[in-house]
Amino acid sequence: MCGIAGIIHRDGAADIGDELTAMLNSMKHRGPDSTGYAMYGPADDLIVVRFMLAEPNDFKGFGMAEKLERNRAEVEARLAKIGADLATIQTEDGGYAFRATIRYGGDLKPLADYLEDIPGCQVLSLGNSLEIVKDLGDANTVHEQYGLGGIRGSHGIGHVRMATESDVDLASAHPYWAYPFADVAVVHNGQLTNYHLWRRRLERMGHRFQSECDSEIIAVYLAQHLEDGEPLETAMKHSLDDFDGVFTYLVATGSELGIAKDEMAAKPLVLMETDNLVAMASEEMAIRALVGTEVETRDPFEREVLTWQV
Amino acid sequence: MAGLNTKSGVVYDARGLVEPDPEPPMTAVIDGDTAVIDATDLTTRKINLELKRIVYDEGVNTVTIVNPGSKHSLGVGILKRCNLTFEGSPGWYACGLIDGPEVQINGRVGWALGENMMSGSVVVEGPAGSLTGAALRGGDLVIKGNVGARTGIDQKGGTIIALGSAGINTGFMMQRGRQIICGDVNDGLGDSMYDGVIYVGGNVASLGVDCVPGEMNDDDLEFINRKFEIHDLGTPPDLKKFECGKVLHNYDALEPSERKLVL
Repeated sequence: MCGIAGIIHRDGAADIGDELTAMLNSMKHRGPDSTGYAMYGPADDLIVVRFMLAEPNDFKGFGMAEKLERNRAEVEARLAKIGADLATIQTEDGGYAFRATIRYGGDLKPLADYLEDIPGCQVLSLGNSLEIVKDLGDANTVHEQYGLGGIRGSHGIGHVRMATESDVDLASAHPYWAYPFADVAVVHNGQLTNYHLWRRRLERMGHRFQSECDSEIIAVYLAQHLEDGEPLETAMKHSLDDFDGVFTYLVATGSELGIAKDEMAAKPLVLMETDNLVAMASEEMAIRALVGTEVETRDPFEREVLTWQV
Repeated sequence: MAGLNTKSGVVYDARGLVEPDPEPPMTAVIDGDTAVIDATDLTTRKINLELKRIVYDEGVNTVTIVNPGSKHSLGVGILKRCNLTFEGSPGWYACGLIDGPEVQINGRVGWALGENMMSGSVVVEGPAGSLTGAALRGGDLVIKGNVGARTGIDQKGGTIIALGSAGINTGFMMQRGRQIICGDVNDGLGDSMYDGVIYVGGNVASLGVDCVPGEMNDDDLEFINRKFEIHDLGTPPDLKKFECGKVLHNYDALEPSERKLVL
């Protein structure tokens, strides 16, 4: 069991860090193991790179601080070598996660691959407006650790995770960035039973996986279909035919946000939509946590795919 | 954002779920035979403890719960005739296992409304999530909006009425009772049902295994009209009847009284 949430502000930026935290915190009974956010601010000329150099569980090892310092220097060196101009870099609380901004006009795939070639490095997100933040613990813990209180944006998706089929670690935490596409992220609640089949197919096409988590397949699958030139909604509809299992997922890009429910409708989602706000969550109480009052909501039916332009 | 989950003043245990104190909060405002519980700052457990206190110990027969906040498992296990009104939306598993109450919900409900309900009635002004009336044994569930997937799964009795549409596998493995779905129904209607009857007003995307069209008779019409009249639902739409084809499972020809003797 996991919980997912999404929000779109149609009338400009809002405090989505706080808002997603309120929604996710209200659903922490659906998963206390890790919490993650994909937040979209105004598009910038700079590319934001969110990455980590160690798992939180590994961080206390002997010599880890020196290793992290060496690897961070290696990240900076490789960015320079590939032609990216580093504007800023900051270390998050805990010491293993980083946020960098770069000027870079090249292809994102070799950039991500080059960085992830550094031992322990995982690129969590790349994009002009997307920032993925995820860590172990509940929403309040992650919110405080990463200082999400000041983050404003137009839309975002989030996830609370109860680990069932893979480890309690950061690699298995959602959201997943749809490598190598800028600004595409996915959160998922459910189980995909043909995960290994699709993983082998996508790996043969040159995609890489950061985890053993079945949810990651959705992000990579959508990335492949976007690369083939499909609109997001079409790609999502194809996913309903290609994936087996029970699932509801949310996907966001710089300009769109969408939901998809499998044909069994075995995983919940509740949706509210007004002129200036769209909110969705696994449980109604997350929407209450956002708006504070009774609002009209509905449950999308099975095989329903919906997308919104931001 | 520290303090988001403590804003209500609720104290959570180490798992972040419930407080260990089993005492009712004693916050209901009682006025003779009626009472109001404001659920704003109360956990599910506190709300249900307070509800049971005033219904059982104080003998109150008419209770209004305001600001339910979509919390789960509200109003469960009430085994006494009384009138409950929710001003707002409860969450999942609302009014499960009840035996007797007449419940009015002025909002929507989440998944598994009235699970294992034994008697009484629950009327929902808005939509309901999946698994509505799962294992329902008796009483009436009336949903004035849409209902989700697997409505009346494993239903063993009672009546489910939805004025809107219903999702996939409505009446899945249904064993007894009746459903009246006024709108459309998605794939797999009545899949693997043992018995019972489902009436549908709109389109049926597909029938499930061993669910077949039936013939409407006077008893069906009398039943439908009576239920609509009881719940003041107006004139029922034209309905089609669906029932079990009885070729999937093994059935015996024994009457219930005979079966008791055999078993």
